[in-house]
Amino acid sequence: MKRGDLKSEITNLRFCLSPSVRRPSARACVVAAWLAVVVALAACEREKRETVEAAPGARTEAISLSDLRPGGGSQPGETKNPDEGRAYDISQGKQFFSYYNCAGCHFNGGGGIGPPLMDDKWIYGSDPANIYETIVEGRPNGMPSFRGKITDAQVWQLVGYVRSMSGQLPKDVSPTRSDHMNARKSEQTTEKEQPKKTTLPETK
Amino acid sequence: MESLRLVVPLRRRALPVCVLACGALLFFSQSCTRPPAQQAMDTHRAQQPPAPGQLVAPPFVPADDGQWTMPAKDYASTRFSSLDQINTTNAANLKVAWTFSTGNTRGHEAAPIVANNTMYIITPYPNVLYALDLTKPGAPAKWAYQPKPNASSQGVACCDLVNRGAVFSDGKVFFNTLDGQTIAVDANDGKELWRAQLADINHGESITMAPLVVKDKVLVGNSGGEFGVRGWLTAVDANSGKIAWRAYHTGPDKDCLIGASFKPFYPQDRGTDLGVSTWPASTQTSGQWQIGGATAWGWISYDPDLDLIFYGTGNPGPWNPEQRPGDNKWTCGIFARKPETGEAVWYYQWSPHDLHDYDGINEQILLDANINGQQRKVLVRAERNGYVYVMDRTTGEVLRADPYGYITSSKGVDLKTGQLIYNPEKSPKMGQTTREVCPASPGMKDWQPTAFSPRTGMLYIPHQNLCMDEEGLQANYIAGTPYVGMNVKMYAGPGGKRGVFSAWDPLAGKEVWKIDEDLPVWSGALVTAGDVVFYGTMDGWFKAVNARDGTLLWQFKCGSGIIGQPMTYRGADGKQYVAILAGVGGWSGAVVAGDLDPRDGTAALGFANAMGDLKDKTTKGGMLYVFALP
Repeated sequence: MKRGDLKSEITNLRFCLSPSVRRPSARACVVAAWLAVVVALAACEREKRETVEAAPGARTEAISLSDLRPGGGSQPGETKNPDEGRAYDISQGKQFFSYYNCAGCHFNGGGGIGPPLMDDKWIYGSDPANIYETIVEGRPNGMPSFRGKITDAQVWQLVGYVRSMSGQLPKDVSPTRSDHMNARKSEQTTEKEQPKKTTLPETK
Repeated sequence: MESLRLVVPLRRRALPVCVLACGALLFFSQSCTRPPAQQAMDTHRAQQPPAPGQLVAPPFVPADDGQWTMPAKDYASTRFSSLDQINTTNAANLKVAWTFSTGNTRGHEAAPIVANNTMYIITPYPNVLYALDLTKPGAPAKWAYQPKPNASSQGVACCDLVNRGAVFSDGKVFFNTLDGQTIAVDANDGKELWRAQLADINHGESITMAPLVVKDKVLVGNSGGEFGVRGWLTAVDANSGKIAWRAYHTGPDKDCLIGASFKPFYPQDRGTDLGVSTWPASTQTSGQWQIGGATAWGWISYDPDLDLIFYGTGNPGPWNPEQRPGDNKWTCGIFARKPETGEAVWYYQWSPHDLHDYDGINEQILLDANINGQQRKVLVRAERNGYVYVMDRTTGEVLRADPYGYITSSKGVDLKTGQLIYNPEKSPKMGQTTREVCPASPGMKDWQPTAFSPRTGMLYIPHQNLCMDEEGLQANYIAGTPYVGMNVKMYAGPGGKRGVFSAWDPLAGKEVWKIDEDLPVWSGALVTAGDVVFYGTMDGWFKAVNARDGTLLWQFKCGSGIIGQPMTYRGADGKQYVAILAGVGGWSGAVVAGDLDPRDGTAALGFANAMGDLKDKTTKGGMLYVFALP
């Protein structure tokens, strides 16, 4: 649900409850009430905090890094990172991005020592499971392996935050502002990039 | 104008003899082997010391043999060539003689070197060494040596994957690899002679500097000041590759090879184990000094008369100064050491308790001066903190320190105490943004080396005009990952031009002329006896200007931006050639070389904020260009 929809529903509800203004029909009030419940539930999901770590191991079975499938066949679907629906996890991921020195190489998404994370170019895949593997396994051109250094749950939080940097996440879970120097547009207001698989940094 | 006084050192008077001798040798033999530079030194000493107000190359600089065997040209690091076929009247006729593609798209900072009619060029990572045959038309490759450095080393290179050059000595070519090796190959056939693994990428170390060979020692320093490494300079035996000594730049005196010979000029540098006591304790190590930086990724000079090497140390780790109260010795300073043993003789700290990443690794040019009637052996250095220093190289005394651009971060250098006078308003703090800090982190001038002409007495300085906003952050040490703790956004300084190429009179402490450039001037400088100065711009213009007044004589648009070091040599045909590696990148050009996204102003340690337009002005691609008169 978009923010604008939420606003109009709240307006509808207020009409329902206020005797001083012309009331909408009873049916509209019922619809509005239902929608309010749905919004509240969605907000609960956004605010949910998972304390049990995702089971490790099974995450890469459904993905591939290559678009070349001999003989054709269907593209594997995108894996789902449950953290990407929860603002708390993304905000944790943003903190870990700094604490684990991800920002030391990728800065606030523009890159430097490592490649940018806010653009549409993905050398090792943009699927949550690809990014998970990038963090845990490392990659051969300078990405360190953080295996054994970051808990599984924190890796998934990082994965969620990394994807928010290029606008891949719903607006209501993406960070809105930074506590630090204004480096870039917030993750929430960053236009969604359409990820493309690329080679190592190439000539523009 | 005092600075324009003509100085004719002996080596110029000796030149015709050398030209005849070497020219004849070159003519009759394609494999002209020359005596090592050291042997030539004693035979070309200047007879007369400099007159009052004069600055000349010291007598140990050998007569010019038309070669270019080390990036700095000579031990004094003059980057001055006595060749004068190309001069102010004919430079406009320069044409491309031949080119060579390196096939590498990262930043090319290296100087080509020439010895025995062979040109050697070292590429950025993966550090391929090419030998080109200068006796044949088009200079075809004789061989290529591929060291195959570890690809993971790309992850511990702060500022693109650069290499600043190889060096030729006694039939061998020495160079360093990004993954921390020093390698010697046979200059004739490219066969590997030895490899020495000196640095460890898993602790954030890499090597990007050009080594210097002194006697039988190859001198090498590490990089990694943004990764919490512990800086050092190491001497490797040129024949065996065995480590002869290593001097650390933080920690106890014994590790720093500080002993009885150590006589620093200023009292703040005297005491026991200052490399420990000027650092706080650390919760993550037994002392912050263990991860305190002070690398040696820049330039080394050597005075054979004093038998001293001179080189600078890099920034402390982390950048965030609130995490390391104290002077943080021996970061951001300069050491004089004995090359045989590594013993320290003196030290001076340019930027105590560095606040802004003002690494002290720039080149020092060794010159002889007459100051107020006194003969002084000096070193001249355009330092990153914004001052051109003139120091007595026998003692480490600062004789002058004059600002060569717009500075807000400090208010001058106290010549009585030698102390940099900081501007407290510009100290970065955690949780707040300090604005308009000038110069920015790359300093008034970064690694890109200056050149000195004994004919004009001027220092030619390629440099920046950048300021920055910065905010301290709590840096967390994880070995092998960045250790910086600073958000930075750079932008053009006053006037809006990001680069300057200037001619400087070191003894008068003033600028003689300058050329404003749109982009930072990240290439080195070259000056010749033809009074022509060469440099390149980041959008690809290779320029020749008049050494006396800065008038543009000629320019050529290369395929990619220039951040390399120009050099000149006499070819097998007796003609003078000028060479430059084009190929944008480096810290300033990382936006293009690493295909960064400048929508994040803090990208590339904040340089992206100032270089967002570079992608519109140049593209990647390493190419050697060699020019000559028709």
